[in-house]
Amino acid sequence: MFLINCPYCGERDQQEFKAGGEAHIERPKQPTELSDDEWAEYLFMRKNIKGIQFERWNHAHGCRKWFNMVRDTSNDEIKAIYKMGEKPPTQ
Amino acid sequence: MRNKYSVFSLIKNALSYHENWQRAWKDPAPKKEYDVVIVGGGGHGLATAYYLAKKHNINNIAVVEKGWIGGGNTGRNTTIIRSNYLWDASAGLYDHALKIWEGLSQELNYNVMFSQRGVMNLAHNLQDVRDLKRRTHANRLNGIDAVYLSTEEVKKFCPIINTSPDIRYPVLGGTLQRRAGTARHDAVAWGYARGADAMGVDIIQNCEVKGIKRNGDSVEGIETTKGFIKTKKVGVVAAGHSSVIANMAGLRLPLESKPLQALVSEPVKPVIDTVVMSNAVHAYVSQSDKGELVIGAGTDDYVSYTQKGSHQIVEGTLNAILELYPIFSRMRMLRQWGGIVDICPDASPILSKTSIKGLYFNCGWGTGGFKATPGSGDLFAHTIANDEPHKLNAAFNLNRFVSGDLVDEHGAAAVAH
Repeated sequence: MFLINCPYCGERDQQEFKAGGEAHIERPKQPTELSDDEWAEYLFMRKNIKGIQFERWNHAHGCRKWFNMVRDTSNDEIKAIYKMGEKPPTQ
Repeated sequence: MRNKYSVFSLIKNALSYHENWQRAWKDPAPKKEYDVVIVGGGGHGLATAYYLAKKHNINNIAVVEKGWIGGGNTGRNTTIIRSNYLWDASAGLYDHALKIWEGLSQELNYNVMFSQRGVMNLAHNLQDVRDLKRRTHANRLNGIDAVYLSTEEVKKFCPIINTSPDIRYPVLGGTLQRRAGTARHDAVAWGYARGADAMGVDIIQNCEVKGIKRNGDSVEGIETTKGFIKTKKVGVVAAGHSSVIANMAGLRLPLESKPLQALVSEPVKPVIDTVVMSNAVHAYVSQSDKGELVIGAGTDDYVSYTQKGSHQIVEGTLNAILELYPIFSRMRMLRQWGGIVDICPDASPILSKTSIKGLYFNCGWGTGGFKATPGSGDLFAHTIANDEPHKLNAAFNLNRFVSGDLVDEHGAAAVAH
């Protein structure tokens, strides 16, 4: 269990949040042009990284807003939190 | 030559104070080259090596394991075995495994303590009742034993369940698979390891895979912490770490690795002689031969490789357990742990070739792989030896995520595998 610093509400218990999976997966701009392989990539294939991962979270039992998180999945340490639409940190 | 375990060997070794038992498996250094290398020394990996040697006459095999054998999810699950899945493909796969379980102790000459004590699934609302009845019919059409029980029959089969109509989620009925049950999970890994070792398989522990060497589209070998091992065929059975290995080969898999928790209580006298699962409230419980209650909790919703998991998951499960079994209210929990499970979008496994020649994956078992151990090993060995899937695992290919032909067991069958 860990604390999450919601960019809108501040530090809250992890229990209030819902994980939303890998971040920065962009919906295809031309869905009708996509091959089956490309659909599979978009819908199902995931990096599932052991280490630094970029992901989406939702403050489900709070402000209900979505935001992004950089987290080390090997020890659950949160490295950075940034709002939707903001550029992901490079370091 | 492997000595046979029997009552005579027990008496003979008792005379020398059990100090001269033969080693169950060797501890070899890796050779330069193998015909097949299995990555992952859990139950599924060891079973794969065992059946490759036994049924396909390949005896130059290594199993490489980064820790010790059976130290991952094989030693962390709640040991439930059943085959009452809804879809035909799943029913075929899991019942194939259950049939092997029924003769496994004799085949391995190793007591895996397989106990067909039955698995009961509870229904708590009208939709549960409909789903479980549908699943009972589907099971019977596939030749799998299943009966639907009324609330009174549930109470009769397991008297400690609270079937009072005024609890938050009352018991409206249930299903029972009598052939289902439990087995001793460590013994499964040890039995397969001993059997594979006797046929010449090298089991190499404390040997972590660091890279997969490719020559174009074929596998040439693996880099490990004990040096380079040359091989043309690599079978990856790495459970929660499957994506990590796939990334080494430049592949992406449709998996997410999440912590799944379980816990055991202090040991008590026999109180529950079956396995009871309830998906709606997410609680399942059985009692080990040592007397501990074995309780399975749920997964967290975020990717993590920490083998820990969140406290509220355990709390939610114990709330449900206490309402269903008020008799447990003063018991103390002894241990809690987590394992990293690799979950597919359709909650069905992948036993498949890949786009890279000589690279095979057996993964995606998610929260319910233990029950399939013998069948998974048998079918994966077939897939590796023939470079073609067996008809029972043909549906569980990697390409189903492209074709859309998913085996969607997520909501359809018993959710808590």
